[in-house]
Amino acid sequence: MNYLPNIIFALILVAGIGFFVKNIQKIIRNIKLGKDIDRTDNKSERWKNMIKIALGQSKMVRRPLSGVMHIIVYLGFIIINIEVLEIIIDGLLGTHRVFQPIIGNALYGFLIATFEVLAILVLFAVTIFWLRRNIVRIKRFWNKEMNGWPKNDGNYILYFEMVLMSLFLIMNATDVHFQEAGIGNIISQFVTPLFSSFSSDELHVIEKGAWWIHIIGILIFLNYLYYSKHLHILLAFPNTFYANLKPKGQFNNLASVTKEVKLMMDPESDPYAAPPEGAEDEVPEKFGASDVADLHWVQLMNAYTCTECGRCTSACPANLTGKELSPRAIMMKTRDRLEEVGKNIDKNNGKFVDDGKQLLNDYITPEELWACTSCNACVEECPVNIDPLSIIIDMRRYLVMEESAAPQELNMMMTNIENNGAPWQYSQQDRLNWKDE
Amino acid sequence: MNVPTMAEMIAQGKQPEVLFWVGAAGSYDDRAKKITRAFVKVLHQAKVDFAVLGTEESSTGDAAKRAGNEFLFQMQAMMNIEVLNGYEIKTIVTADPHSYNTLKNEYPELGGNYTVYHHTQFISKLIEEGRLTVNNTTLKGKRVTYHDPCYLGRANGVYETPRALIRRLGVGLTEMKRNKTTALCCGAGGAQMFKDAEKGDKEINVLRTEDALETKPQIIATGCPYCNTMMTDGVKFKEKESQIEVKDIAELIAEANKL
Repeated sequence: MNYLPNIIFALILVAGIGFFVKNIQKIIRNIKLGKDIDRTDNKSERWKNMIKIALGQSKMVRRPLSGVMHIIVYLGFIIINIEVLEIIIDGLLGTHRVFQPIIGNALYGFLIATFEVLAILVLFAVTIFWLRRNIVRIKRFWNKEMNGWPKNDGNYILYFEMVLMSLFLIMNATDVHFQEAGIGNIISQFVTPLFSSFSSDELHVIEKGAWWIHIIGILIFLNYLYYSKHLHILLAFPNTFYANLKPKGQFNNLASVTKEVKLMMDPESDPYAAPPEGAEDEVPEKFGASDVADLHWVQLMNAYTCTECGRCTSACPANLTGKELSPRAIMMKTRDRLEEVGKNIDKNNGKFVDDGKQLLNDYITPEELWACTSCNACVEECPVNIDPLSIIIDMRRYLVMEESAAPQELNMMMTNIENNGAPWQYSQQDRLNWKDE
Repeated sequence: MNVPTMAEMIAQGKQPEVLFWVGAAGSYDDRAKKITRAFVKVLHQAKVDFAVLGTEESSTGDAAKRAGNEFLFQMQAMMNIEVLNGYEIKTIVTADPHSYNTLKNEYPELGGNYTVYHHTQFISKLIEEGRLTVNNTTLKGKRVTYHDPCYLGRANGVYETPRALIRRLGVGLTEMKRNKTTALCCGAGGAQMFKDAEKGDKEINVLRTEDALETKPQIIATGCPYCNTMMTDGVKFKEKESQIEVKDIAELIAEANKL
């Protein structure tokens, strides 16, 4: 017996999965460049969120058409993977439709029929998606941050899915024995006539060809994820699990600031006292974020999870009124910078070497940051609970507390609060005047 | 108006049922002061035993925090908490969603633990407890639309309470196309109130006012002094100020009850 195909298949499989694992490890390492944050409290609510939002797609259907189409593609993706399991076993053992005798014709037929129906539905849905992006030109797919790679990336993913689904149907349609048995060929029987001019030997070659391209395509797609916005199919789960559970209006209180403010307000403390032993060497903690390593790891995971759907940006009041700010661009730029830092680390034997760049200014400009109204529309919209607002606020903190670089009017507002306890220049003594006016 | 301060209360050995946190806008802004007085009239009518901090009240630090000045925020917070805890305050009501959010969510970690109500929640509570009734004939038939303040709505999930109050007025409540979780910001939050907008092709308050105008309202109701300013300016920009009023829910209730 000739084992060559089995060996080739095993090698391709190992390489495909091996590269994927390597890239995933890189992503995990990059995410871990972020600061620590404890998001392990309230596990039951976290599981519930993950099941409802990631698995159950509850936030997707807020926009019904794209939501339902997305669920079709998502179900197709998950369920058709059962078939991939059979393909892998067939490939390794040199069998053909190994599950059929094991689970019996009835169940096998039912499963394949389900896959075929899903395949045609997925084809339909991704075609709608393609039309929405390229013909209907829905605005959020044409914002300027989508120029170039992001727009192509979106289309490539759709082409991948179209090709994979077609190959699956062709593979079944040209499987002469499968068609003759007539079990589960609910869709592919209508594809078979397209191949009626071929001899059964030729059909066998086409079937085998479709089979090989299909499984190799899946492995290529798996490895494409790392370079693409499509990582959300994996990261949506941890991302919803570790998402913020507190009220959206609650911003974190910086603990480093609390320490200093308490010291300042403590009448017992001596501002001129010598620092305690060893404290001279301590680098004072940076306030706010100017680069990716100043953000916490959930924020960095958010950046990898973002699939650039733009629902956030389409709800952002600043973006809707023509401002530079786009919450989606905040996430994309954070990921781009994080990737750059990761590559820097790879190149320099595991250590980051200063490249004279940072997230602030080189990627995200103060103009974007100052356009935000902190309204939480972006956070509310995100189908996988990404929080662009927290990044914007952390970067504002850096601008204000490390660089004193707030817009002039905001400096005046803050001076007023400091001097007279109100954002305007009114005397605190007049605070109750309203009752007699 | 009879508005006792905490200092006066304590001097008389009394502890009020609730502290009314007026906030900077409610204290100094001419338009917002009307909201403050309307809410006090409602409190008086319901015979609520309340007090204010008066000159001892200071900025919650919300605007400073959203602008990125965590130092100033925490300084303000700790000073306010010292005053509030000194007076043993347990319950606070405020007509400003920004103060509401900060006091309720951001003060506890710094040592300030209070039960905090937005004034629409507090008024609802008064009605439920039978201490206040709302006249549903004065404003009957008026066309009202409600603008969700971000710091009440998305920030804290309070969507229904203000709407239920509006319905009690006997008016017709029409929703804008963007409402509740999808409501558009008025443009004031995140310290934008205190600066010019960044470069763009439109003002946010104008866009939001256009949302409101689509419902052909006679009254745009809201529950935030900053939203009130932004929507009032938007209505003026659209030259509709002779046909459309922008009102706080407390003002509508005071008006309905002819206070």
